[in-house]
Amino acid sequence: MTKLEPKQTIERLIGAGVLVVAVFAPLLFNAFWLDAILTQTLIFGMGAASLIMLSAYGGMISLAQTGLMGIAGYAVGNMVSQGGAGGESKGLALGLDPTKALVLAIVITTLIAFVFGAVASRSYGIYFLMLTLTFGVIANLFFGSVTKLGGFSPIAGIDRHTPGFVGDVVNDRQRLYYIALICALVAYALIRYLVRTPFGLSLQGVRDEPLRMASLGYTVPLHRMLAFTFAGFIAAVAGVLGAWWNGQISPSDLGLVATINLLVMAVIGGLVRIEGAWLGAFAFIVINNEVTNRIPSDGLWVVGGTFNTVVGLIFLAIVIVSPDGLMGVWERLWSMRGRRGGPSAGTGDVQQPVTEASL
Amino acid sequence: MKDVLGLGTFAEQVAERIRAWGVVGTAPRAAAAALVVFAIVYVLVITKPAGEFGGGDWRTTNFGSAIHDPGSFARVLLDAVTFAALLFIVASGFSLIFGLMRVVNMAHGSFYLLGGYIAYEIQQSLNPEGQGFSLQPFQVSTWEWVAPLLVAVGFIAMFGLGVQQLLLRWNQGQDLRQALITIAVSVIVADQVIAHFPRHVPAGSPKAGGNAVSIAWPGWTDRFVDLKLFGVEYSLARLVMLALGIAVGLALYLWLYRTRTGMVIRAGVDDRQMTSALGVNIQAFFAIAFVVGASLAAFGAVVGTSQGNVAQLQDGQWLLYSLVVVIVGGMGSLLGAAVGSLLYGIVFMFSASYLPTTGNECCTQYSIVFTFALLALVLAFRPQGLFGRAA
Repeated sequence: MTKLEPKQTIERLIGAGVLVVAVFAPLLFNAFWLDAILTQTLIFGMGAASLIMLSAYGGMISLAQTGLMGIAGYAVGNMVSQGGAGGESKGLALGLDPTKALVLAIVITTLIAFVFGAVASRSYGIYFLMLTLTFGVIANLFFGSVTKLGGFSPIAGIDRHTPGFVGDVVNDRQRLYYIALICALVAYALIRYLVRTPFGLSLQGVRDEPLRMASLGYTVPLHRMLAFTFAGFIAAVAGVLGAWWNGQISPSDLGLVATINLLVMAVIGGLVRIEGAWLGAFAFIVINNEVTNRIPSDGLWVVGGTFNTVVGLIFLAIVIVSPDGLMGVWERLWSMRGRRGGPSAGTGDVQQPVTEASL
Repeated sequence: MKDVLGLGTFAEQVAERIRAWGVVGTAPRAAAAALVVFAIVYVLVITKPAGEFGGGDWRTTNFGSAIHDPGSFARVLLDAVTFAALLFIVASGFSLIFGLMRVVNMAHGSFYLLGGYIAYEIQQSLNPEGQGFSLQPFQVSTWEWVAPLLVAVGFIAMFGLGVQQLLLRWNQGQDLRQALITIAVSVIVADQVIAHFPRHVPAGSPKAGGNAVSIAWPGWTDRFVDLKLFGVEYSLARLVMLALGIAVGLALYLWLYRTRTGMVIRAGVDDRQMTSALGVNIQAFFAIAFVVGASLAAFGAVVGTSQGNVAQLQDGQWLLYSLVVVIVGGMGSLLGAAVGSLLYGIVFMFSASYLPTTGNECCTQYSIVFTFALLALVLAFRPQGLFGRAA
């Protein structure tokens, strides 16, 4: 075992501490915090993690992740909801077995991510961002206009039909919290594992030097396409969890505002490290909760408007001050310490801040 | 590093196999060409109108084929072309800003939204019959349309200049950061617009932020013109819209290709550093380009609000339109913006009118899929867009 840098030691200690708190969260927090803040953090953190993974290791900032989450939510909603008397009025109401629906929803979303990835795989940088944004908006308009699959108003009651091994998430919110926690941990481990495989390493090569990688014989678009598909899978799982957590899915869940919110979470956390996803989601959701509680009903002080103005200002401040978000602040603190004669930070780590390259 | 999944080598083998088959080259091209040809033939010949007793099959559409009903076909085509003119006005501004400054102005839709509402407020305060109700064209003089246009364009131009000078000047070259900054601006503007507009509401009714409002074309446009073509009578207002689009295109062309300013801007598009090194104050030209680009968003908003309305969430819609047009046409190219607008206008209007209408839930509501199909088709063969240069 190699000797750990002090930075890594501290990070592991913090990680372990967070994990302990997360496991015992039901004892530490009240029901509202557990359900509305922590569960939501875990779910949207997964969505943000899929975004950050593409950005940090693939050099692709995808704005389609919210759309993919929504597609998964719609897929599961359409498949599990039951028509007829006492059933849901919206969607296809196929009444499928929830387990089958769960698997199918994730497979369908991953396939759609594959198609999106195939179309976008030869676009880079800002073009990629625009193209994926377009995908997201198209998904939003699609579900908003196709009444057969949902239409303008939401498909409700999705949380009433969960697979047996998931159990009742309508009444037992603690159960949903632990499910989200397990999924988030698995997603985190999976991403950390994937970026260390040969595929992950060549993906990072593609991020830094697409031309050189192509001339070395790597198929650059294929790598980016597969990475996008994998991120689509993570987003799909997050989307299904989100539909269970929310109980319903509506076009606004994959609208432009929702897309930007996920981006804000990822940017607050920092587009350079996976951990930032959950950190950013937590910060965003807490700020959302606190600010929304304090805004007078007739709008913000002086300027008027709602929470979104505050979000926009915070987002603006972060992008101006620290484009790498909170994780970037953390990295910068360590590199400042390193420059003052301490042990050099960041060596022996495959991760590399992409401050200048990406932002 | 142990290759447990074998993903790295696996991916290469799959790629090699696909290359060996030559699938990448021919099959998608053939499939794409077949789809496009089928769509055209479907509209021209195959489709037919619904029978007397409703019902129908995959061939049933609202109007039937172009051969069967050339008048409706011509009308939809005109709708497409006039809508394309509006698309062009908005998207050319977006493309101009990108072409010179490499700034993807995600707040372009917000400029549109704000411009539309400002024009509404000005027209309402100019016209005594406004009082918060929608005006009709016969109530509106030409000046009462031009004045809101000038105010909206002027205000958005200044607003755009402020955004550019304050937020985008000091971080040139960091294109993703600039995109994120303009996204933040768009979030703030969208929320502020909902908080403060529309200000003119009918007496007694509450102020509901972000409600749909519209402005009226001047009275003389409020008639139909007989085009002497398959008996089509077409709205003069929409033809004015087309004329405005063409005028903007011509003006931009003359400005970019026949004046010194335009020459410098084109040089800046090609090689920013070299232009700057030749002693040109490129910063001034960046500011000019941003002002013109933002003005075009406001100009388009006034035209769009006259033809339809302006309401919250339209910022996202117009951002999407601008993105699709420039992704298809190629970023930073005037011709690309024109061709992109035309293609998207045609796809947009024809998919809304010429999809089968069998039953209540089929199929025109699926028309948004064709937007994606257009993007996928173009990008599959030209990742940089039709007239774009490689990034």
